[in-house]
Amino acid sequence: MPPHAVPVRLFDAADPRRRERALADLAGGLARWRLAWALARSDITHRYRGSVLGPFWLTLSTAVMLGALGFLYAKLFRMDVTDYLPWLTVSLILWNVLSQMVTDATTCLTAAEAVIRQMPLPYSVHALRVVLRNAVIAAHNLPLIGVVFLIFGVPVGWTLLLAIPGLALIAIAGFAASLFLGMVCARFRDIPPIVGSLMQIAFFVSAVIWKPEMVGHWEPYLPLNPVFAVMETVRAPLMGGTGGLAVWLAALSWVGLTVALAWAFFVRFRGRIAFWV
Amino acid sequence: MALIEAAGLAIEFPLYHHNARSLKQRILASSRLRLKTDAENRIVVAALRDLSFRIADGERVALIGPNGAGKTTLLRTVAGVYEPVAGRLMIEGEIGSLIDPAAGMDPLLTGRENVVLRALYRGMTAAEGRALAEEVAGFAGLGDFLDVPIRGYSAGMNVRLAFAMATAMTPEILLMDEWFLAGDAEFMARASERLARLVTGAQILLIATHDMAVVRKWCTRCIRLEGGRITADGPVAEVLGPEEEAEAAAMPAS
Repeated sequence: MPPHAVPVRLFDAADPRRRERALADLAGGLARWRLAWALARSDITHRYRGSVLGPFWLTLSTAVMLGALGFLYAKLFRMDVTDYLPWLTVSLILWNVLSQMVTDATTCLTAAEAVIRQMPLPYSVHALRVVLRNAVIAAHNLPLIGVVFLIFGVPVGWTLLLAIPGLALIAIAGFAASLFLGMVCARFRDIPPIVGSLMQIAFFVSAVIWKPEMVGHWEPYLPLNPVFAVMETVRAPLMGGTGGLAVWLAALSWVGLTVALAWAFFVRFRGRIAFWV
Repeated sequence: MALIEAAGLAIEFPLYHHNARSLKQRILASSRLRLKTDAENRIVVAALRDLSFRIADGERVALIGPNGAGKTTLLRTVAGVYEPVAGRLMIEGEIGSLIDPAAGMDPLLTGRENVVLRALYRGMTAAEGRALAEEVAGFAGLGDFLDVPIRGYSAGMNVRLAFAMATAMTPEILLMDEWFLAGDAEFMARASERLARLVTGAQILLIATHDMAVVRKWCTRCIRLEGGRITADGPVAEVLGPEEEAEAAAMPAS
């Protein structure tokens, strides 16, 4: 190793300099993206270790789910499959990303307990790991959208580009949510099951399997649901729309709120995490 | 230049995931113990209380004391895992920690891949990690087993790998819990040699152990912790008393 300046670490309980430490944590965590990436990748490969298809089971199981639900619900809702299935494909894949990210967020610190208690590592690495792991999963599922669009001849327009800021928004929300939920769930062990049941409810109220226009005059209020708003910033562009200003404003506010909340908690309680896990 | 300096250092563990009320009633009633309630009326264990010490270059310090005295907690605090609730702690120097050999290791990855992973944990690149793996391979003496997933390793092999990894990164301060004694005699001899080399420079070894033979052989200074406080601090011979024949005879050959 090259010679280096001797690192000096000073901690004074009378002057904890919390904001400074939180910023350093964030910078250190992002600088260790290679570690987060290696951990995220091994999370996926370990899950499918020894299987023939490997991570493509992700793709296959989503495809099977879409096939089954698509035809059933098209029948139930008396809708045309060529109209409904592409929409369901986009919805369900985005929903899976969001819901998996939230579920992972609740355990991101408690699952890393052994590492947290062994070495001083920026906690933000664990949040980054959640985001990257879900990005890998999404990368296995998103191509299905292309396949379905091709089969059913769904036209794509320039609005598609709007999905990129939408995806960025999801990533930022996931990172902030991981920090926040990771901490809260480490401290209060009742939160993960609560989050679990809330997400189950969110699945039904967030227009995943039904279309927003089906609720009639309630439709303008849907962006009040953070899951709907954030999901719509990607779904609408993929479906050839923009989502509208209200959706984007709502999504930005929700994500902004999550980020602010996560930052406030992180600054205040970062030093306690090692005692909580 | 390495230095550990603590002044009035205190660590308290809140007991979170217990039935606080009943536990409180049961224990506080009787206790002159280290359980107390803090300002917010939570039960906390005072793991370390008002520690002040200074460890400078070239010192090899043994932390001794009964189980639960706070030895490992002190190691973790020095490592930067726990933030003190009171007091001041200053550390100068890169830290290598051997507190829990399995932490940060992935049992499904091979020994070599684990070295690379550990390098990533330390903020190095994968290429630097692979270079490190070569160095570790030489010292750990695992031979072909380095390319076998470590879940098949014996405890001793794990120790070899962890020890080789931690010391290959040439830390200025090496923190060690006593598990490394699980190595075999031949490895212990090499480890001992490496540690000696490590601490001849401007470096510090801080080791928690129950084995007085280790203390006498490797350490220059001894800190005795009891109930989270320092009850003795000084040269090994002074803290432990003169080496007794019986004690020496009772020790295993390692």
